[in-house]
Amino acid sequence: MLIYGALLFWAFVCLFPIYWTVTTSFKSAIDVTQGHLVPWLDFQPDWKGWRSLGLSPDSIFETSTARAEFVSRFANSIITSVGASLLALVLGSLAAYGLSRFRYKFGWMRNDDILFFFMSQLILPPVVLALPFLVLYKALSLLDTRLGLILLYTLTALPIVIWIMRDQFNAIPVELDEAAFVDGLSVWGAFLRIVLPLAVPGMVAAFILSLVLCWNEYFFAALLTSTDAKTLPVMVASQTGSQGINWWSMAALSTAAIAPLVIVGILLERYIVSGLTTGAGK
Amino acid sequence: MGRALIVLASLGGALILLVQILHTTGTIAAGFADWRPVLYAYLVWTVAFAVGQVMARGQRGLRALFLLPAVLFTVAVVIFPTLFGFYIASLDWNLSSFAGPHFNGLGNLIGLFNDSYYWNALGNMLFYTTAVLGEYAIAFGLALLLNAEIRGRKFFRVVFLLPLMLSPVAVSWMIGKSIMEYRFGPAATLARTLGWDNPAFFASPWIARFSIEAMDAWVSIPFIMIMLLAGLQAMPKEVLEAAKVDGAGGWQSFRHVTFPIMLPVSVTVLLIRMIFKLKLADIVINVTAGGPGGATDTVSSFIYRVYRDRSNVGYGTGLAMFYLLMIIVLLTVLLRLSRRWTQKVA
Repeated sequence: MLIYGALLFWAFVCLFPIYWTVTTSFKSAIDVTQGHLVPWLDFQPDWKGWRSLGLSPDSIFETSTARAEFVSRFANSIITSVGASLLALVLGSLAAYGLSRFRYKFGWMRNDDILFFFMSQLILPPVVLALPFLVLYKALSLLDTRLGLILLYTLTALPIVIWIMRDQFNAIPVELDEAAFVDGLSVWGAFLRIVLPLAVPGMVAAFILSLVLCWNEYFFAALLTSTDAKTLPVMVASQTGSQGINWWSMAALSTAAIAPLVIVGILLERYIVSGLTTGAGK
Repeated sequence: MGRALIVLASLGGALILLVQILHTTGTIAAGFADWRPVLYAYLVWTVAFAVGQVMARGQRGLRALFLLPAVLFTVAVVIFPTLFGFYIASLDWNLSSFAGPHFNGLGNLIGLFNDSYYWNALGNMLFYTTAVLGEYAIAFGLALLLNAEIRGRKFFRVVFLLPLMLSPVAVSWMIGKSIMEYRFGPAATLARTLGWDNPAFFASPWIARFSIEAMDAWVSIPFIMIMLLAGLQAMPKEVLEAAKVDGAGGWQSFRHVTFPIMLPVSVTVLLIRMIFKLKLADIVINVTAGGPGGATDTVSSFIYRVYRDRSNVGYGTGLAMFYLLMIIVLLTVLLRLSRRWTQKVA
């Protein structure tokens, strides 16, 4: 019994902020100030928050500057996070396959050193790169562009992709490659036609994990974008201060910002867990 | 043939770079409006380098081709900017002042040692990093719960994972700015009914620090929990049964069997979590902006403000570089210690 009590308590801790945000987006001022919690029972839900974003049923067909802004930020977030995750997946899978199958020697660096070189990017705090990038991107005209963000996000996701994919390739027997060589395939033929299809589950896990990282990234986006390439977190952050007690519109915005990943989390939990636990318990 | 191609490409790239440098310094008139062509030149050079490798080294070149894209990408996006960062760190460069960047030597470093806000932020990092142990304790409890014989395990696992999916910025509003809001937030209302008359979560230094930590813990406990759960599930069942046969109670078998077996996983997850904790910024920037009086500042959020409010690129980079060196030293020490410690126990 105690066990279920604890489980339910923590489930409440996890779910209440999400529940609170979703319901608040349907509240009006008086429901906020009086602290009403349960829709229909102690307050009458209303589309107020969603109307301020231009996303409620009655305003969806009218033109709305708020919606136009939201849609462009949403599109920026999708393009940068999907673009960066794909790029990281390509670069990372290639490197991981190489590290898992061949012996390299770059000067004094062997395979383990090269792997450590990639993994060591993880300890780099974003602040270290942010200001140099500000200066560099200004010179390269990459400031406030999606491409600039994609390059940086690829960098954040790359170590994790390499880590997951190397584990994935290590689990695929080398005999498969050798059989492919006997059949006359080149190194790249064996990789693309035989090994890669078997590594799809790992690729899905790596892709989703880097998607989560990139979608939620705020620090670089806040420093390196101003008008065109702003992502959703920057939009959420820029509105938190200015809204006063306009909680309904902030709640609607936050709900829209977290919804895609909450859905991904519920549907693809298996892949997220397998990606996170790569290398654990061994 | 392949080598010739590489040499040719390198010469071409160097030529473009040289032209652009001379153009920027004003020595010659020919050149490009911005540095973008240099980036394209680098891309062309990488392709030429890769093709040259294959032509010159055959089979070994084909193999190197797997690793090259990632290495060249990382060099361009990490190594070069970091080195460039060390250069900026030695400049006195304020973007909002009319005087351009000029060399400042160790001036930023000396300024840093006298900057009490920076040392205050470093002190806060000590608190936030130590708090990882608390997160670990809670996460271990949750992992044990999920590993027990329970119904609806799948449901609880999904629910417990959800906070990890949420963007820290959204969490800043959802929890920090609304649930913990002084007047109408449900957490404040609850605190009032429990007898705390003045539930201001962000007014006094220690309470504010704990509130920020609570939010960060909420987001990141799922990660620790998932890692520990994987470790628990990989544990051989016979060991625990043997302990039970020997008459060990629940606490005893945890203390003497489960915990020691889980030690390597624990050390790994704690290290990873600390690395991520050292980057903590989003929540602080958005909820308290470092306040009250710098009590919740992290190094990242402080440097963010140095740039945002004062446009002080040179000094900000200097602070960041010093922080990076401290992290590297700290992690090296921690890695050594943890390796020795796990070997001693195991």
